[in-house]
Amino acid sequence: MNKIWLVIKREYLTRVRNRTFILSTILLPLFFIGFIFASAYFSATSMEKQKVAVSDSNGIFKNSFQSSDLITYEFPPGVTADNFKEKGYSAFLKIPDDYNSSSDSIALISTKQLGMDAEDKIRDQINTAIRNQAFLRNNIDKKILDSINNVDEDRLYNFRTIVKQGNKTEKSNAALSYGIGYGSGFLIYITLFIYGAAVMRGVMEEKMNRIAEVIISSVRPFQLMLGKILGIAAVGITQLLIWIVLIVLLSSVSASFFSADALQHAQAMNGMRAAANSSAAANFMNARNVFLSANWGLIIPCFLFYFIGGYLFYASLFAAVGSVVNEDPQEAQSLMLPITMPIILSFVIMATAVGKPDSPIAVWGSIIPFSSPIVMMARIPSGNVPGWQILVSMLSLVIGFILTTMLAAKIYRTGILLYGKKVTFKEMGKWLFRKA
Amino acid sequence: MPILELQNLKKYYATQKAVDDISFSIPEGCIFGLLGPNGAGKTTLLRMITGIFYPDSGEIFFEGKKFNPTDDIAKIGYMPEERGLYKKMKIGEQALYLAQLKGMNRHDAMKKIKEWFVKFEMESWWNKKVNDLSKGMGQKLQFVTTVLHNPKLLILDEPFSGLDPVNSNLIKDEIFKLAKNGTTIIFSTHRMEQVEEICDRIVLVNKGKKILDGSVSQVKDDFKEHIFRVGFDELPAEFESNSFEILNTRGNFLNVKIKDGNKPAQVLQEFLDHKAPINSFNEVLPSLNDIFIKQVSHINNEKI
Repeated sequence: MNKIWLVIKREYLTRVRNRTFILSTILLPLFFIGFIFASAYFSATSMEKQKVAVSDSNGIFKNSFQSSDLITYEFPPGVTADNFKEKGYSAFLKIPDDYNSSSDSIALISTKQLGMDAEDKIRDQINTAIRNQAFLRNNIDKKILDSINNVDEDRLYNFRTIVKQGNKTEKSNAALSYGIGYGSGFLIYITLFIYGAAVMRGVMEEKMNRIAEVIISSVRPFQLMLGKILGIAAVGITQLLIWIVLIVLLSSVSASFFSADALQHAQAMNGMRAAANSSAAANFMNARNVFLSANWGLIIPCFLFYFIGGYLFYASLFAAVGSVVNEDPQEAQSLMLPITMPIILSFVIMATAVGKPDSPIAVWGSIIPFSSPIVMMARIPSGNVPGWQILVSMLSLVIGFILTTMLAAKIYRTGILLYGKKVTFKEMGKWLFRKA
Repeated sequence: MPILELQNLKKYYATQKAVDDISFSIPEGCIFGLLGPNGAGKTTLLRMITGIFYPDSGEIFFEGKKFNPTDDIAKIGYMPEERGLYKKMKIGEQALYLAQLKGMNRHDAMKKIKEWFVKFEMESWWNKKVNDLSKGMGQKLQFVTTVLHNPKLLILDEPFSGLDPVNSNLIKDEIFKLAKNGTTIIFSTHRMEQVEEICDRIVLVNKGKKILDGSVSQVKDDFKEHIFRVGFDELPAEFESNSFEILNTRGNFLNVKIKDGNKPAQVLQEFLDHKAPINSFNEVLPSLNDIFIKQVSHINNEKI
């Protein structure tokens, strides 16, 4: 036990002290957050202020266009498509004389592209104006119309979905569970590959450097394998925790930094309700509440369980592959195939399961240990996975990883000392059933 | 009491009998040579003694008790033929790690490492990585990590390969010192001149079987061909002899083979009878190299 601990410590420390680990662990969330905020910031600030000259001889739009911080509408006489630039306008909106919305077209003329956002906003103004005029033509009271237009959709009504199961009702939000399910399934899928490959490379390194024989004259091969697997698991958990802490920290810091101003810009970008006086803070709180409505008390422990369980299930198999590889990296590729196939297949099942969490393939996929770590995480956020299924799935995953570890250890102990010979799957099969 | 005793060890692979019923014992404190050509089964044998492999059948006794790898490997130091170290790990940390794996605590390990590093003039290497060392330096480090925990049984597989004569001697001296202090050493090699110089006892294996076992002098004695080298002031005239035949002449020396049933004294007497001016008379013992080649090729021929 003490020796496994020494191996774990070495595996952990050499990796955590490695420069690439430090860089990737710290830079990735920085990069991630930075990317989100930079793109939000740039798209918000890069929107130049536009002054649009509108030629509206019939005066249809004169009273309905509302200037905002970014776009000002003016209705100067004598400005044409040829001279709007000299008169200090960035664009010219030409409404045809005797405008008829079904046959005439409105032209927006500018010397350079205004950009999607600006164009959207101008069209939005036109849409609203035309719709309003249609209402007014049909004798709808202007006061009523204004009061309807000024209502924020989100405050007009509340919407929630409820899933009834027996006598138990739960709040649920389909989009949210889809997002969480897909996100966590994907994360487990990626980490299986990243840390699985790390285990394989570690084993290959020990074999190539011929240190394996020195070490296993001091510790049992199984202890060496398990120590490596657990050490790298600890690295993975460390990395995950640092990422979570950094992302939470950075996003709250940068959220307060950008605060109201940037958020408003970002919102303005969304176009739709920008003009309406909904406050950014209210929206933010709203999103937060929806986010918190997910059953995190179940999701987080399950995620950790399947993250670790899935890793343990596959890591020993990666170790076994690493132990039989000789100098040739090509060999590793083909030997890895039987491991990567079920992982990729799990991902495909997960993509279906996230949309139909109760379909038979999703249920089976979430119970069989080969795919359960990825598929079950796609189902759990939906909130209607029966408790017994979670239990059976977890139990079979535990039994599964104990089995794979035992089998892999048999291949590992032979493979790690075998040099210069290409090992076939048939031979590995023989090793499985041979007494030490 | 022998420190190590092997009884009828067998280890078969799918295609060959790597170790086929080998028994021998190693007395405590001796330097023991395990000899054999490539592929004879030496490495498999050593891996069973170090607990890396389990024998298919047969027993190993360590210090009189049945060998229990989990506990006993702490008392064994093993330097495999193919040297191995973590290339990217610092040398000091690496030595510490390997010592701790052998069950030493951190404090004792550090003390020992410092002692050995001073002895081998390696103090300045502590923070270097193995990648930065030359092959010979790596060898020295490998030797140090093998003996750090004061093993009672030290197994060295070709310890001098890749070392220059200066470092070879350095390590050879340490081996003698360790043996003097009671460490038993198994020395596996196919370089016979080193065996004659270093070993007390030898076992010769070939094709998984033991073909020779005994002290170096005993083995040489067993394989002597009753050849004597006789020196003269001046070569005597040839004469018919009943007790010996002349194999060849080398300057003022004759190599003679005593015929069966005769004694060296009779040979001497015969020369003296012929008034030959003898100035030296020595038995020529076969070198281990000759015995090795003869035995191995003998067996190989038999098989064919």
